[in-house]
Amino acid sequence: MSEQTPTAKRAAQGILARARWHPLEFVFWIVAFSVIWLLPNKHLILTEIAWLALFALSLDLILGYAGILSLGHAAFFGVGSYAAALLAKHGIITEPVLALIAAGLIAAVVGFATSFLMLRGADLTRLMVSLGIALVLRELANKFSELTGGADGLQGVTMEPILGRFRFDMFGHNGFIYSLVVLFVLFLIARRLMASPFGLSLLAVKDNPLRSRAIGISVDARLVAIYTIAAFYAGVGGGLLAQTTAFSSLDVFSFDRSADLLLVLIIGGTGYLYGGLIGAVIFKVMQDYLAQLTPQYWPFWIGLVLVILVMVGRDRMLRWTEPVRALANRLDWRAKGQAS
Amino acid sequence: MRQFVKFAAGMAMAGLIAGGAYAQDTVKVGLVISMTGSQASTGKQIKAAVDLYMKEHGDTVAGKKVQVILRDTGSVPDNAKRLAQELIVNDKVSVVAGFEVTPAAMAVAPLSAEAKVVELVMAAGTASITEKSPYIVRTSFTLPQSSAIMADWAANNNIKKVVTIVSDYAPGADAEKWFIDTFKKNGGQILETIKAPLANPDFAPFLQRAADAKPDAIFVFVPSGQGATFMKQYTERGLDKAGIKVIGTGDVTDDDLLPQMGDAVIGAVTAHMYSADHDSAMNKKYVADFTKAAGFRPNFMSVGGYDGMHLIYEALKKTGGKADGDSLIAAMKGMKWESPRGPISIDPETRDIVQNIYMRKVEKKGGQLYNVEFETFKDVKDPAKIKK
Repeated sequence: MSEQTPTAKRAAQGILARARWHPLEFVFWIVAFSVIWLLPNKHLILTEIAWLALFALSLDLILGYAGILSLGHAAFFGVGSYAAALLAKHGIITEPVLALIAAGLIAAVVGFATSFLMLRGADLTRLMVSLGIALVLRELANKFSELTGGADGLQGVTMEPILGRFRFDMFGHNGFIYSLVVLFVLFLIARRLMASPFGLSLLAVKDNPLRSRAIGISVDARLVAIYTIAAFYAGVGGGLLAQTTAFSSLDVFSFDRSADLLLVLIIGGTGYLYGGLIGAVIFKVMQDYLAQLTPQYWPFWIGLVLVILVMVGRDRMLRWTEPVRALANRLDWRAKGQAS
Repeated sequence: MRQFVKFAAGMAMAGLIAGGAYAQDTVKVGLVISMTGSQASTGKQIKAAVDLYMKEHGDTVAGKKVQVILRDTGSVPDNAKRLAQELIVNDKVSVVAGFEVTPAAMAVAPLSAEAKVVELVMAAGTASITEKSPYIVRTSFTLPQSSAIMADWAANNNIKKVVTIVSDYAPGADAEKWFIDTFKKNGGQILETIKAPLANPDFAPFLQRAADAKPDAIFVFVPSGQGATFMKQYTERGLDKAGIKVIGTGDVTDDDLLPQMGDAVIGAVTAHMYSADHDSAMNKKYVADFTKAAGFRPNFMSVGGYDGMHLIYEALKKTGGKADGDSLIAAMKGMKWESPRGPISIDPETRDIVQNIYMRKVEKKGGQLYNVEFETFKDVKDPAKIKK
């Protein structure tokens, strides 16, 4: 083997640096897991945040890394939700973890099949196609009411204990811990994947598909792959919803859900994986708080916050966090300095 | 920021102290309804009725303070479940009430059974809801009550051939089944049965199909709030001029929307348990007070909320303030009282409502459209449960 050229060395180091954990990331996950003990009576809303975060992470994979804009991402969320609920209801796979993986895989199959439609056309076309797919699936779920319960929702689902040991309790404790662990594991996988050459090539595709093709990246194959993976993630998110509530309704496919998801990502920011997670926390907490404060007019306040967010810009609003980030960066440098 | 932290800490302290002092003397009622989204009109009716009841009767009963905690479902059933769960687990409510749609009521049923908390259904009308948990009680109505009586009346009043149009979900299926069964038993003929999607309804194609079948009447069930669209498209298609009558449960000529429906609805015959025009001193006062406080006319959903609060108050009086699920539900069974809709009671066996069903015709009174009652069927139990 010949010596690496300096450029190649720098590129390799760059890739490694991207994969390295930032101190703030540790803080994020320590906080996330500590709420198990710190906020025991908020586990129900936290469970919702966990699956919404996973769902948003899924959209971030295609929007933030591959540049595919979708307004129908609820399609896969819904497939996962109904799959998990039906698997449990008919006793096909009763163990929740296995059922959740199965639900994700079923959503991935739908994702793979529909990804070829998403390859055609530019942003606006994709937007319409994704919207259409979600609408079609919603209508199918409505029509096959003997299987899905139609507009009444799928009733009479009972969930077995997780791993045969931990029951979904009424206080939502086990449900939350379960959702959080699933989110964490899938996040780790996504993080590893996006720091890999595959993830980097996706970014190249996002920036300039034509040029990527010219340097030998097979654009279509990569888009199909990431779209399928994202569908798996969304399906698992939907599965978590169905498992923790023992219920699934047509609403899982609704346009509102896809649109809300886009809002979550707009709040949190795209392309760095944490955007969906942070966005989900802010969106849900804000929604829950405002809806309790003013049950009739809370959508007004959410709208107002969003307008301000977009007009003022996220960076400017987050300026007060700069000292923290600077400190974290310094710590990071010191750690790196000692290592080398 | 520091100010805010201080403020938040202060609030939390105040909450803790207040919480401790209240715990013994407060009965909490969780009100889970849609204040936003597609079912918002029903939520607003119920909320206004609950407020009115508490304004009239005070917030103290049997030495306990009644506190209503309002939560908005945004018309999404899985939200209803989570909110009810939080109310039960965190707020320790004695009653979860509301539920304008069947899926929401059904989704909460397992919780009510597990936590032994009374689930008071103030609106949803599918017959089987009360069977899903032994702690469910209903103050609204069931669709078989209205539909079966509508069919009886139609068969006896020269309506021979009918097309049914119902919304495609559980209450619609209930309405359709009970209308058709009873109508056929009485020698009527069903030309066609049509199910319209629940979300974003466009009735025009269905109305056209109905018109082509040339029936004497169309039997219709749509959820509260969609009646106006249905009646508008019915006139646009000229079905009124073709002599095809509209009959149905009272949902389609909902009092809330009736004033805006226009003269085409005059003559529509429906069977239901409440009309704002109901002739009693109590109802006259109810309508006047409600309209004054809320700014709109009360509909059949509002009396579900009003009577629901009454049931909670009376049950608390009977238990002497004991608010656990078993005591409350025992006290509620067999309760009888006079409501703005007329005399009603809770069936001790099924925990479902027993009430008069009225035949009504839309007429103009003092320049306003009303459902004017012309025949009363007394003390109607839910037919779906008698059969068993």
